[in-house]
Amino acid sequence: MTWSEMSPLVWEATGQTAVMVGWSTLFTVLFGLPLGVCLAGTDRGGLFPAPAVRRVLGLVVNVGRSLPFIVLMIAVIPVTRVLTGTTIGTAAAVVPLMIGAVPFFARLVETALREVGRDIVQAAEAMGAGRVTIVARVLLPEALPGLVAGLTVTVVTLISYSAMAGVIGGGGLGDLAVRYGYQRFETTLMIVTVVVLVVVVQLAQTLGDAVARRLSHR
Amino acid sequence: MITVSGLRKAYGDVVALDGVDLHVGRGEVFGVLGRSGAGKSTLLRCVNLLERPDEGVVTVDGRELTALGAADLRRARQRIGMIHQHFALLSSRTVAGNVAFPLEVMGVGRAARARRVAEMLDLVGLADRAGAYPAQLSGGQKQRVGIARALAAEPSVLLSDEATSALDPATTQSILALLRRLNRELGLTILLITHEMDVIKAVCDSAAIMSDGRIAEAGPIPELLATPGSRLAAELFPLPPAEPGTVTVALAADQTLLSRLARTHDVDVAIAAGAVEQVAGVPAGRLRLRVTGAGTAAALAELRERGLLVEEDA
Repeated sequence: MTWSEMSPLVWEATGQTAVMVGWSTLFTVLFGLPLGVCLAGTDRGGLFPAPAVRRVLGLVVNVGRSLPFIVLMIAVIPVTRVLTGTTIGTAAAVVPLMIGAVPFFARLVETALREVGRDIVQAAEAMGAGRVTIVARVLLPEALPGLVAGLTVTVVTLISYSAMAGVIGGGGLGDLAVRYGYQRFETTLMIVTVVVLVVVVQLAQTLGDAVARRLSHR
Repeated sequence: MITVSGLRKAYGDVVALDGVDLHVGRGEVFGVLGRSGAGKSTLLRCVNLLERPDEGVVTVDGRELTALGAADLRRARQRIGMIHQHFALLSSRTVAGNVAFPLEVMGVGRAARARRVAEMLDLVGLADRAGAYPAQLSGGQKQRVGIARALAAEPSVLLSDEATSALDPATTQSILALLRRLNRELGLTILLITHEMDVIKAVCDSAAIMSDGRIAEAGPIPELLATPGSRLAAELFPLPPAEPGTVTVALAADQTLLSRLARTHDVDVAIAAGAVEQVAGVPAGRLRLRVTGAGTAAALAELRERGLLVEEDA
């Protein structure tokens, strides 16, 4: 296979991966961030302690995290159908990607929020700040470097998950590697795909690290 | 200004506060001394209800905090400043941003906020560090930011939770001097807890000593000095074990006590031991004296009558 034959395939697959990872990252933050805040806040000694709520949330999150992604992807097909109207394709892949990443990211958010000193939260309480103010103006800004680091790990995980999206017709770099590199013995394409994946992951990690460092004033 | 009565608080089986009563007058600097675990930290955190006492009433500036609902309590807290042992500054905000925080909580507008922040930074001598992040400051500077932040909302009361315990001695002195100055200039009432005698001696008008969740002793320092068997006086101004034939007297407002005693009663007064330091700006302490001469009995009678004779060691 020549480079001119490979090039459009690789570009198309990279684009599909970017679309899947981009949208699922957006939705993961949208749902994972509040979930992480709830996990941290409902804990004993948290801002709004609610042990029962926390147990339920913890259970849901753990179930989500204990399923291998390839199983989860198939298991949530009914949900995908409801949300996107289809069960195959790039858009359909975003749903299981999001469902797989939300619990993961929520746990990282929870950890990052816990890193914020109890004394800082209490100082804000002593100044008469309410819970919403504390979450919005103390916890999240103080945890921001940690949240960005968590998001970076999540994006890398999503890139890795998205490689399995070929199973439901989502396309992407992983799918390309399987269909051409494995099933058609196109070793060169396999190598190119691997290199592109490594470069993309490196870029994401480097960018995430740089932003986290820039935001940290510790 | 601050009145606490019948305060009880237990964590499981551990009783942190076991019936505490305390009164801090307007414009007073009141120090609570105690070892770690004595309950003083819990006491301080009960004053702004960071900890809710199991029993008891807390009144600050005429408002019974223990009777307030959540929203009213938040408003009342805005009028109670607090500084912390480890400063508790927001690492993500600059010095100016930290000082502005309580004003944001109160909903003060941007322009008024900026003015007030500049004013406060001037007051604590950090005007040139407004744009720095806490991580770039020394411990003493961080506590100055803490103080500026605590006072930004013009509170009537400042609570100090071991504010100098993480600082070196020279920095401690400068922070204490600042607190004293703010107390004088702004009429600020200060309730502080500490395990350091020097803090009490350096800034407090009154003091209390806590152990096992109770206030063992409390009162203005000159009075405590004159109280026979006072634990606080003994801790603040320790003297060596008494020798026979000596008496212990309290030195407070009356600075020329000894010379007058010698003159009026025709006695010799020798100092066997003494612990005297500047307390709230005036020399105070305890002296162990050996009084000899014809008028000894009359001299001791005068001291006894004036309540300055703390101990007589036959």
